[in-house]
Amino acid sequence: MVSLVWLIPALPLLGFLLLLAVGPRLGEPIAGWLATAMVAGSFVVSVLAFIGLHSQPDHTTTFTLFTWIPAGRFNVDVGFLLDPLSSAMILFITGVGALIHLYSIGYMHGDKKFSKFFLYLNLFVFSMLLLVLGDNLLLTFVGWEGVGTCSYLLISFWFEKPANASAGKKAFVTNRVGDWGFMVGIFITWFTFGTIQYTQFIPVSPGAATTTATIISLMLFIGAVGKSAQIPLYLWLPDAMAGPTPVSALIHAATMVTAGVYVMVRINPMLHAASPWLPTLIAWVGVITALFAATIAMAQTDIKKVLAYSTVSQLGYMFLAVGVGGYWVAIFHMITHAFFKALLFLGAGSVIHGMDDEQDLRRMGGLRKLMPITAATFIVGWLAIAGVPPFSGFWSKDEILTYAFHQNIALYLVGLFTALLTAFYMSRQVFLVFYGKARWNDPAEPSTHEAHSDAEAAAEGAEAGAAAVATAVDAGEHHEIHPHESPWTMWVPLVVLAVFAAIAGFINLPFADSTKYLENWLEPVTGRYGAVVDYSNGTIVALLTISTIVALSGIGVAFLVYRRRKLPAAWFEPPLFLQGWHYDAAVSAFMGGPGRAGFNALSWFDRTIIDGAVNGIGALARDTGSIVRRTQSGLVRTYALAVTIGAVLLMLFVLTRVNW
Amino acid sequence: MILAATSTAVNDSGFQPYWYLILGALLFSIGAVGLLVRRNPLVMLMCVELMLNAVNLTFVTFGTMLNDIGGQVIVFFVLVVAAAEVVVGLGIIVAVMRRRPDATADDISALRG
Repeated sequence: MVSLVWLIPALPLLGFLLLLAVGPRLGEPIAGWLATAMVAGSFVVSVLAFIGLHSQPDHTTTFTLFTWIPAGRFNVDVGFLLDPLSSAMILFITGVGALIHLYSIGYMHGDKKFSKFFLYLNLFVFSMLLLVLGDNLLLTFVGWEGVGTCSYLLISFWFEKPANASAGKKAFVTNRVGDWGFMVGIFITWFTFGTIQYTQFIPVSPGAATTTATIISLMLFIGAVGKSAQIPLYLWLPDAMAGPTPVSALIHAATMVTAGVYVMVRINPMLHAASPWLPTLIAWVGVITALFAATIAMAQTDIKKVLAYSTVSQLGYMFLAVGVGGYWVAIFHMITHAFFKALLFLGAGSVIHGMDDEQDLRRMGGLRKLMPITAATFIVGWLAIAGVPPFSGFWSKDEILTYAFHQNIALYLVGLFTALLTAFYMSRQVFLVFYGKARWNDPAEPSTHEAHSDAEAAAEGAEAGAAAVATAVDAGEHHEIHPHESPWTMWVPLVVLAVFAAIAGFINLPFADSTKYLENWLEPVTGRYGAVVDYSNGTIVALLTISTIVALSGIGVAFLVYRRRKLPAAWFEPPLFLQGWHYDAAVSAFMGGPGRAGFNALSWFDRTIIDGAVNGIGALARDTGSIVRRTQSGLVRTYALAVTIGAVLLMLFVLTRVNW
Repeated sequence: MILAATSTAVNDSGFQPYWYLILGALLFSIGAVGLLVRRNPLVMLMCVELMLNAVNLTFVTFGTMLNDIGGQVIVFFVLVVAAAEVVVGLGIIVAVMRRRPDATADDISALRG
């Protein structure tokens, strides 16, 4: 059963190829069902492989398809590494992926590019599986770039709007910055170990020189920062919400952004060999990103932006876990996060769908009665991310905080405060969307917001003028909205995800060794170099209690602010948070001012010196040619004379040299 | 072997190779000068033929002098190449003369009609 592992990425690839060939002819909804079936098939194979893996020694097996690049000592295979880490990841990638495909059939109903959407989704799942299953850094990098490309295609899926197209570009360009680090990491790995295959360099990497290990880890970490949206490269993720909501759920919550965490966990023996400042740096980048993004999420008014910043924040937790040596905990949080964040995004998508594409929190309210299934499942997701026991997020987040507590009390306190903010902003969202009175036909406040966003759209590009007028007309005509529950293809995934978001924490309960199923399963990969936390049950329960109190007080404060209206909401939503600490604006200002000047200088250098050298060689050849070509008169007798003179000279030469 | 034996016999019976070599050199020079000074393409082609045959004569003479069959063998190659060259050359000349009956070699210096 383990030898079937190649089928796992092959099925989505087949789906992609089929949709490429006959997608538009299949149309709606068959194209969607085909794509869903492929990913579901992948999931079934993943489960079989997971079961089969139990009988393998060390729960690890490799499977080589063919040699991809045979170049002297540099050999790269297309091969798959199925071990506890990759098997855990493919299960949730294909599982959550299949549910999101199913959901998309309902969500994308009536879209002109229906089959193209599923084509991209299948290609994305294929790339992600390649990333996780690839048994060497280069194959992982192919998947890494593949998900980046699909992300670009899907963010700007509705590219008719200039804002969407530029959001796609922003994601792509920001990721390139991180990819640079990843590539340099691959090069140095090759120079150091002479191989880029995980099974060959990972086991020997603890013996590498400290400097080398530090540089490789740092470079791969830079790549991970780009892909997993950490400070300072997080700013593409909130903009990525321009894509259709299932994309946000699949790419920007459940799978793609976890790639960076995956790579860091994969190379954990290398991190062990690196200088101690590097894991500390990773932990602080993670926890500060978590805090920073959580504060921004508190003031956002777009239902998806809140979730986007909360994703950045939760990814920060995962990096915190990596930084403090809790590698398996990072994977634990990744799995629970995949469930509850996909659930929240799909729930938000269901709300947006039911509200006729309205995304402003301030125009919702009271949806609990009109969308009961969406509301119930969303509330499960909310409790999970807020860290309320016994929902899944509670267990994984608490485990991260326990590891942080073990390492450094400051990291723990910042993490704990972030947990408070998380509970607060998620409760704010739930109260604003599902409770209170309905505000969707209430034009008072939002109209200014609309006008503002129109102004933004108008500033976006040269040809945006017409589009802005169209939007203004749209906003002006003010049609009635009648929120409604979504079709079954949309709520079935919600229910399934809600079940997992509720119970996924039970795969690892911290009280006894026998209940730590996930930690034991990941032991061959993360056990040897991970930090060991052996608190007594008393300490664990104390920490759990603190977490619970923090989560509940976050919810409590939000309840006072947004339900009871005891405290003014403005206290908690300063414009600074709404503007994201002006980070985006600062980057734009820098890149537009000194940055642009610098790039112009670089571009001048490139055009004048580099291109000049190349063009100079061309011009030299051309000019020489234009002089020499005059000898080519085309007159036969001139040529004959030249030949004769040459022959005479040759003869004279021979005559003078020969010994008579 | 028979041929070699015969040529040795000729050599013994007062064979003077230098006259043949001088004739060859003369013919070659006439051909070369003719090629350089004449402008009629047909005459130029004939001069080329003259040079080729002068070389042939030289080859045969040296072959006999050195008692080496190779000199005669290579003449066959020269004959074949010369035949092919004449076919192509005459073909081109006929084509040129049809379009421009009074053309000289200096007039046809560009690769276009």
